[in-house]
Amino acid sequence: MTPAELSGLTLLELASHLAAKEVSSVEATRACLERVAAVDAQVKAFLLVDERGALAAAAASDERRKNGAPASALDGVPVALKDIFLTEGVETTCGSKILKGFIPPFDGTVVRLLKQAGLPILGKLNQDEFAMGSSTENSAFFPTRNPWDLSRTPGGSSGGSAAAVAAREAFGALGTDTGGSLRQPAALTGTVGLKPTYGRVSRYGVIAFASSLDQVGPITRTVADAAALLQVIAVPDPGDATSARLPPDDYLARLEGGVNGMKLGLPREYFVPGMDPEVEASVRAAAAELEKAGARIEEISLPHTRYALAAYYLIAPAEASSNLARYDGVRFGLRAQGARGLRELYSQTREEGFGPEVKRRIMLGTYALSAGYYDAYYLKAQKVRTLIRRDFTEAFQKVDAILCATSPTPAFPLGAKVDDPLAMYLNDVLTLPVNLAGLPGLSVPCGFTRAGLPVGLQVIGRPFDEATILRVARAHERTQELYKRPPPV
Amino acid sequence: MALTVEQVRHVASLARLRLTPEEEQRFATQLSAILEAMAELQQLDTSGVEPTSHAALEEPRLRLDEVKPSLDPERGLANAPARSGTSFAVPRVIE
Repeated sequence: MTPAELSGLTLLELASHLAAKEVSSVEATRACLERVAAVDAQVKAFLLVDERGALAAAAASDERRKNGAPASALDGVPVALKDIFLTEGVETTCGSKILKGFIPPFDGTVVRLLKQAGLPILGKLNQDEFAMGSSTENSAFFPTRNPWDLSRTPGGSSGGSAAAVAAREAFGALGTDTGGSLRQPAALTGTVGLKPTYGRVSRYGVIAFASSLDQVGPITRTVADAAALLQVIAVPDPGDATSARLPPDDYLARLEGGVNGMKLGLPREYFVPGMDPEVEASVRAAAAELEKAGARIEEISLPHTRYALAAYYLIAPAEASSNLARYDGVRFGLRAQGARGLRELYSQTREEGFGPEVKRRIMLGTYALSAGYYDAYYLKAQKVRTLIRRDFTEAFQKVDAILCATSPTPAFPLGAKVDDPLAMYLNDVLTLPVNLAGLPGLSVPCGFTRAGLPVGLQVIGRPFDEATILRVARAHERTQELYKRPPPV
Repeated sequence: MALTVEQVRHVASLARLRLTPEEEQRFATQLSAILEAMAELQQLDTSGVEPTSHAALEEPRLRLDEVKPSLDPERGLANAPARSGTSFAVPRVIE
């Protein structure tokens, strides 16, 4: 198999070639590294390529395979990580200058789980600084580009993860999703992005943004690949107090079960004014295909949807302003030089280390939590959050899963929204209600615009029912097989 | 809800952020616009609605209070910008 043929395989296809010993992990890892060398100067998905570490892990995998003792079904499949995951001995910046040079002393739980399962880690992927953004333009280092059109954004904040997978630089990647940061970039790059239920995947060793919303998940080319990676990382973890004790499902077992007899809801509030007509047409066509496959499609209502954006952009910055208090120049990361006194050390370090969007959110969150404004903003937003959750609970008494667009528009040009924070926030309008409610949601490719840009279908499920949304997404994927179409890069 | 430059300075000081005069102006404008958009929430009647502070679906539990190994001081201090023995060093706080 040539390196080009190899990097064209899906994650599970590679796993079966590895199991059949038709290809080695070192060959697969080299194919990824060659692909990175060939295209990443344009795509700019990687912040750091760990060639030596990845090849050593691949060689160890091949040795296990030779001895007939693979560590898991995915042993030897090379993947990459958003730079938000702590990796022992490998620089972790979270896309921020304030963590430039930070070398974590331990692996995050999901990193450990990937290593235990034998997956070589190719490197660290670009992201919006501290996962705050929807275009990866808030990275302190450089913007990532969309492999389908290099003048456009891959979305964000897990834009590096999505771009790397779309550009065939890795067989899969992990990212995080606080308001849509896995699903929106997946939609914009023609990949699959899965945000599991809050609590399904451990966040120990994941740099915190908004702790009541953050969740870890995979970005892959196919639905089955996402199910396979979820299986590796969905492990209860005492290291994270919010990690669910409920054992994970077998996510691949019923993947091909189809949608015959299922009830799927189309929320009328999610077909918003200003939505791109080609996006709407693709999503409605996908629903029609699922109807043909035996599902019953019902219009449903989630009446508090219009308040979700405002609630989210108070809650997430409030939590962020508290979480980011730890970047103070004392224990790790940047320390400003020449400060007189401790207070000046804090404020000068934070001025030099944080980018504009992070400062904006710290300011917004601090204001929403400050004396005199707490009740009007933060507490009010938490009450609205209750109403949004309740909408979903009621909807799931009628339907098994919800279908809608992931992003109201396809990928937008780089620079188009950087100076207008509110316009940027609107990218998340269809994804963030899922985080407020703690539900699982995924994005699966459902078409291309006439300009050749990918469109994503979002499938939202009941708590801990990742198996159902994966099955619905797979039933849709089977009708189009868009993942077989490579991007032009 | 318009935010004044004085309010921006106060919030920045609470957040331990030093801002340039240009940033103070820009944040006053941008945060005012954002808060104006958020004002939509005030239209919604939430009397009698309990707040939701997190999305966890399981009851939180306490871990057992037992001694376990943790990061050793050398590894914990490895990223310190300045250290003194086994402590993080900071500018003098008390004269």
